[in-house]
Amino acid sequence: MSFVSIEKITKVFPGGVRALDELDLEIKDGEFFALLGPSGCGKTTLLRTLGGLESSTSGTISFEGKDVTFLTPGARNIAMVFQDYALYPHMNVLENISYPLKVRKFSKEEINKRVTQASEALSIQMLLDRKPGQISGGQQQRVAVARAMACTPSLYLFDEPLSNLDARLRLEARTFLKQLQRELGVTTILVTHDQSEALALADRMAVMDKGRIKQVGSPAEFFHKPANIFVASFIGSTPMNLLDGLVNDGKVVIGSMTFDIPEHASTARTGDQVVFGVRPEYVSLVSGPGSGIASGVVKVTENLGTHYLVTADCNGILVRGTAPDGSEPAMGDTVHLKPEPGRSLLYNKTSEDLY
Amino acid sequence: MRLFGKQIQLQDKRRIDERTKVEKVSTLAFVLLAVSFFAIPLMWLVLAPFDSDPTFRIKWPNWGLGNFSEMAENPYAYRSLMNSAIFSAGSGLAVILVGAPASYVLSRIKFAGRDAFLYILLLFSSIVTGSAAMVPLFLLSLRLNLIDTYQGVVLVLTGGLIPAAIFILKDFTDSIPKSYEESAQIFGASSFRILKDVVTPIIRPGLAVIFVWSFVQAWGNFLAPFILIRDINKQPAAVMMYSFYNDGGQAVFRTVAAFSLIYTIPVLAMYFYVNKKYGFRFYGGIKG
Amino acid sequence: MKSKTMKGSRAARPGNSVLGKGAATAFLSPSLIFIGIFLLIPAFWTLYLGLTDYKLVGIEALNPSFVGIDNFTKALNDPQFLSSLKLTIIYVLGSAIFGQALLGFILAWVLNELSPRIRNIVELIVIFAWIVPGSVVAFLWFAFFNNEEGTLNAILGVNIDWLLDYPMLSIIIFNIWRGTAFSMLLFSAAIASIPKSHIEVARVAGASKMQQLRNIVLPSARSYILTNLLLITLWTFNDFGPYLLTGGGPGGETQILPIFIYDSALRYLDFGYGSAIAAIMLFLNLVISLIVLRMSRKGKK
Repeated sequence: MSFVSIEKITKVFPGGVRALDELDLEIKDGEFFALLGPSGCGKTTLLRTLGGLESSTSGTISFEGKDVTFLTPGARNIAMVFQDYALYPHMNVLENISYPLKVRKFSKEEINKRVTQASEALSIQMLLDRKPGQISGGQQQRVAVARAMACTPSLYLFDEPLSNLDARLRLEARTFLKQLQRELGVTTILVTHDQSEALALADRMAVMDKGRIKQVGSPAEFFHKPANIFVASFIGSTPMNLLDGLVNDGKVVIGSMTFDIPEHASTARTGDQVVFGVRPEYVSLVSGPGSGIASGVVKVTENLGTHYLVTADCNGILVRGTAPDGSEPAMGDTVHLKPEPGRSLLYNKTSEDLY
Repeated sequence: MRLFGKQIQLQDKRRIDERTKVEKVSTLAFVLLAVSFFAIPLMWLVLAPFDSDPTFRIKWPNWGLGNFSEMAENPYAYRSLMNSAIFSAGSGLAVILVGAPASYVLSRIKFAGRDAFLYILLLFSSIVTGSAAMVPLFLLSLRLNLIDTYQGVVLVLTGGLIPAAIFILKDFTDSIPKSYEESAQIFGASSFRILKDVVTPIIRPGLAVIFVWSFVQAWGNFLAPFILIRDINKQPAAVMMYSFYNDGGQAVFRTVAAFSLIYTIPVLAMYFYVNKKYGFRFYGGIKG
Repeated sequence: MKSKTMKGSRAARPGNSVLGKGAATAFLSPSLIFIGIFLLIPAFWTLYLGLTDYKLVGIEALNPSFVGIDNFTKALNDPQFLSSLKLTIIYVLGSAIFGQALLGFILAWVLNELSPRIRNIVELIVIFAWIVPGSVVAFLWFAFFNNEEGTLNAILGVNIDWLLDYPMLSIIIFNIWRGTAFSMLLFSAAIASIPKSHIEVARVAGASKMQQLRNIVLPSARSYILTNLLLITLWTFNDFGPYLLTGGGPGGETQILPIFIYDSALRYLDFGYGSAIAAIMLFLNLVISLIVLRMSRKGKK
């Protein structure tokens, strides 16, 4: 069942910038959904439009089948955690958490109960009488989440909630956030520019670019089957090999190299301009040259911990592969790189989409 | 070779030392000169009030508090300070009440040419508030029956202070993230509640700074009451300073000295209190 | 028709501002009313009065008549006005531009390198001079400049009646003392806003202090400098402070424009002539503002 349904939402800012362009999206009940994209892609605008903080130009948004397009933010029964947490500096933690409940005219007992629950769930009971300025960034983030949680909303909106934390704390908060979302089971939408965060947290995610959605799917689908060249180049900790080529007689020809056409690309025809993609993780070093193998001279090797990323110049085309730690080649060595057949992808050069 | 290199290094170091020495001495001389320039005339204000026989000269006093009791016997002295307090508190409050809502709107709602509009307004107020408008301001007060009234001076002062107050407060409000208001919106708080519970407490430092700034401006203003107030019972201290003369046209030093200090202390105290608590900052916007 | 309904529905979509249009207008209007009544109307009234022979006493008081540009031509042929204009320009150049701005900049530049403690003390004294009420300051300087008992003569070991013999120099020094704090604070903010790395790059490249100042600090602080010069020029142009020290004398030697306006209009009650002078002053201020704004826009491009 879809919980959030977005139909043809368009947002044009004064001045003519099209932040959202007839965008459609369905988010399921209880799902942890991540919106990912480069800065300026419209992901934050989409989140703010869902929250009612940004007025859409056209299109409709509904929550649980109910049209909320014209509702004010307060009437949407949502909670939002902002990038800067927006904790009121003049209220202590207790007052911050109870403020939304006071606004909604809950009884004193109910407020106390909920504040206790939320602060226990986030282990911030000992901070209740402190001001936001007196606690650490990680604690502030927990308070912000507690404040959102105490409202028991039907939808959480997270706007880069982890980006103000330092690297170590961010990993801890990530695990914690995922666990909390599982326990609460409330639909959650997270905006982030950090793909590892999206891949780690989300049940499903969307990548956006220029106000449009480029792909929707599970993190695994994004990693293994990026739907177009944009997503392929955007996702992945090491940049994917994306090599321009031509289909000829059931093979992909790239310069002097030839590769088998990947299984999924049965519709590719001779003469098609294509882009052959394969992640460096799925390109390994083999002992000798041959068909479906790229041979070249090592330009750079980079230590990735358990593996080395090897960049080789194959007759003017740079191809990247990986070698296990200990068996990495030296610079200037001749190497033979073999993409795993089942992991290779083929994109149409004109439409930029996967075959 | 190595030794040679080391020698050059040593020489270089000596040169740098010498240069910084000359620099240090000349800097110190300049700072001392500047401090004397600014501090010496002030010494009169510090010493003369406690001198039982003050003159124009800055000198070590014959210590005593007699000047203050003499000043206290002058009924106009006390009344003028009260009048100054009324003018200043009135202007400070009016500037806040009128200017703060406008600066909030100007900070949160964008419209084309807004910043240019504010800058021009600031310049315009710098041109018109001073002496250039004294004739129409006098006539305006005459027509509105505001001559010799507290309201008249407060209104005229407020009108002159508002553009700069809006300019500074808008800059201050700009520095406050919008997410504070947005989160309250998401919680379903009404506009009134957001302004009361969230916005006002957060911009309070800005309001305090503007209040003190307006207060200090009004406290020291000479021209407006000089033109608009004829009744000696309503004159503020700024004008009253020039009434402490004896029949021979000689300043009554003992009263003037004590009065100057008592008149100065409130603004100094307010300034340093606010400066310590919030800091008078020049916000980015002033660079235009 | 269809576009109209579209527009209607768009307006109903929630906006991103706490205040609606009505509330925003209500918040703005008191300020606009104040600005209208106490700034705009006086500005235009000044211009209008300058075109009349309005006087507070005499026949013209009852029935002022329109005299066109008579007051303005009179002013331009009035040696007293021309001398007042010249005095004003000397006063502005001397006390604001060469005085406050230059001294303020040097202070900000020098203090920036000193220890925070010394810096705070010096700043405190300079700011002190700025916030002491004007009437008190005028009396302090009246005492300081005094011929027989003044401290200045005692320090210098001379016997000069400053306010009689060097009245313009006296009010210039007085105004430098009074107003330098503003420039100092503004320039301190300007210098603090320059990223440390910019100056460090220049130092590593071997630039001297003067070169750092010329190549890094001045260009970065350009817009602050222009704004500062503009504001202090306008303020000094309109400064009534010297009246408290010299009353415009002796013999009109410190009768800068604000004092001239006051004397014409409120002492001799010739409102028409006084307003014409004020209008000319407004016009000059406007021209100065436009020139400086032009310069700052050019700099931005």
